[in-house]
Amino acid sequence: MKPVLDLDPATVRKARSLARRAGRPVVKLAQSHTTVSVERATLRLAGLTGADHERVPWVNHLVDRVRADVGLEHGVTTPVWDALARAEADDLLTLAQKSASGSVTFRIPEGKDATRAQRAARTAVARGIRTIDRQRATRDRLIKRHGDPRQRPWIYLIVATGDIYEDIPQAQNAAREGADIIAVIRSTGQSLLDYVPEGATREGYAGTYATQENFRLMRAALDETSKELGRYIRLTNYASGLCMPEIAALAGLERLDMMLNDSMYGILFRDINPVRTFVDQRFSRQVHARAGIIINTGEDNYLTTADAVDAAHTVTVSQLLNEYFAKEAGLADWQLGLGHAFEINPDLPDSFRLELAHALLARQLFPDAPLKWMPPTKHMTGDVFRGYLLDGFFNLVGAMTGQGILLVGMMTEAVVTPFLSDRDLALQNVRYVLNAAGGLAEDFHPPREGFIQSRARQVLGEAVDLLEKITDEPGRAPLLEAIADGTFGLMRRPADAGKGLEGVVAKATGYDNPATTLLETGESR
Amino acid sequence: MSTATPDIVRPYGDTTGDGMVQVSFTLPVPHDKRAEGAALQLAAKMGLDPALLVHAKAMGPDFTFFVVYGSANHLVDLREVQVVEREFPLLTPAEVNKAVKGRLRRKLVVVGACIGTDAHTVGIDAILNIKGFAGEKGLEYYREIKVVNLGAQVLVPELVARARAERADAVMVSQVVTQRDAHIHNTTAMSAAFREAYPAGQVPLLVVGGPRFEEGSAARLGVDRIFGRGTTPGEVASYLVHELAHPEEER
Repeated sequence: MKPVLDLDPATVRKARSLARRAGRPVVKLAQSHTTVSVERATLRLAGLTGADHERVPWVNHLVDRVRADVGLEHGVTTPVWDALARAEADDLLTLAQKSASGSVTFRIPEGKDATRAQRAARTAVARGIRTIDRQRATRDRLIKRHGDPRQRPWIYLIVATGDIYEDIPQAQNAAREGADIIAVIRSTGQSLLDYVPEGATREGYAGTYATQENFRLMRAALDETSKELGRYIRLTNYASGLCMPEIAALAGLERLDMMLNDSMYGILFRDINPVRTFVDQRFSRQVHARAGIIINTGEDNYLTTADAVDAAHTVTVSQLLNEYFAKEAGLADWQLGLGHAFEINPDLPDSFRLELAHALLARQLFPDAPLKWMPPTKHMTGDVFRGYLLDGFFNLVGAMTGQGILLVGMMTEAVVTPFLSDRDLALQNVRYVLNAAGGLAEDFHPPREGFIQSRARQVLGEAVDLLEKITDEPGRAPLLEAIADGTFGLMRRPADAGKGLEGVVAKATGYDNPATTLLETGESR
Repeated sequence: MSTATPDIVRPYGDTTGDGMVQVSFTLPVPHDKRAEGAALQLAAKMGLDPALLVHAKAMGPDFTFFVVYGSANHLVDLREVQVVEREFPLLTPAEVNKAVKGRLRRKLVVVGACIGTDAHTVGIDAILNIKGFAGEKGLEYYREIKVVNLGAQVLVPELVARARAERADAVMVSQVVTQRDAHIHNTTAMSAAFREAYPAGQVPLLVVGGPRFEEGSAARLGVDRIFGRGTTPGEVASYLVHELAHPEEER
């Protein structure tokens, strides 16, 4: 899409450099710490799966045991593969099982022993990385064979029954009805579990648990459907919450295609410790980068708490920060599904023009990113007829501003989980608007001094002001101070509080993590 | 409109007494003549007579969606309508903040948790977390309410200790998933523990929520209020103000 807005390139450059300045100290902090979940994800890449009879995963047992014996400051892999080299157990699984019963002692090896352990760990973890590489190649091949969706934006639909075996036919039907992307919403509360459940699951609350087996089952089903429809159907899940790195690793291993992965959502909306979040997020994004997964960020959430007009610039700020963190972790522009939403009060005069201005601003600031356009939720009142009209206008903004991913709005939002008919009506709405007005972008040139262009420039200006305020905060990491002050979404989240803090560990000088090494160097052996 | 409402009314389409309503539904039947007949049969059983099938559309090979207009032959007797009135007025967040600030002159402290083995924080999070529920922000959003959300699987002694340390005005407990009346046992254990730990008359307001509690069983469980399915944060906040920041009340 050709640039429509006349933005001052100097202001855009300034916004990006401020985002970099705000983000860099946080990256340093992330580089100097590890978390229990990063270590568990590393063991998962090395092939450790399964759980004990109380469904506690073996990766949790092993990491907890190593931590209790020698700490995690050196990483989990060195003491683990040292124990294997000392023949404490024949393989990783047996070692985890023996460690759970307390019959293994770990140590931090030195000299030749350390080198031996680290080399063996690297060989094991590299096998997982190569699986991720193979899955990425398979995706590329299937997309070539079946093809991408014929239209933009791609149509994103949600299924969530709690039972993976119910989700599968629903997802396949949704794809037949026109969905290009299927998202399986997670069971509420999973984001705060400090372990990943195991196996195929048939009960969840308001969603289905994210497990490796559920991922595998759904991907296999959608592969069949892709073949049937002649269009590659993408699968989405959530790399967020306390197990973000592990879920990312499982997504890479099982060829998920998109993952919700926001840099600050867990901090603000789930009260997860900020340091834990940034460390976990960096690792998970490195995995997503390697796996060719498109991330979806969560800016739409700010607009459900704050006013969508007053807080429009916080969306821009968060998009810029998400972009900085994503690129630092190795993600390319085509992998950045930066979020925003149609949440302006429809009773406000010119609300549609304001929506257009905000959506165009995002489009133009991130021209190569597949932006994720989120439907109205806050002003869906239960009047389903009015809601249907609002969703039509939402679709129209999506069509006119070249959005990449369109989450289909349901007229029964905030009323019931969508009926079969709601989904069909919603897709008719999308198809009508894209058909009737998909080409409108070509004719749409708001004048330079007009309402839309002026509003876009105003929001960008406010975003720069806010970024300046953030970078002016005192301390080693001004962004953390800003988060503690309640700059985003009105929530105060200090760096020394929040869930999962006890799982954060400062790295020692000899810290080694072969997964991080392979992800950062791009090597596969 | 005239001031005298009749006691018996019917739905209003475009003429008084026409009884006209509009319904839409899906039947698990492929779209054909038989499906349309089935839709009319359902409409008749719903009391729509005459019924007009205005729209029928296949939804995939196995389902059909219908829109039906018709005259409902039921009468509504307004004298028989029973309404359970909420005992407190519904306030906006701004009004809640103002009432707390004006009357308590400090923040209202709420300690919340899921107790027992229930790991489902969905209920307590919907009420407490800023993300909220049904388009309403949670209590964390309220400037004048301090929220301490202890999360899931909290032990009762831990909850009591934290409530004391935080000088809680209210304690909120959620019980979503329950077996063999675990929600009732957990709640009575919790209320007993609070009554034991606090001097009489100083126990914080005890509030429980969950889909399985019976309305009206609060006294039996030893708590002050029960909230059921679909409760929004605004209702809870309004209730807290009504009970705790109300000058006429003894509390």
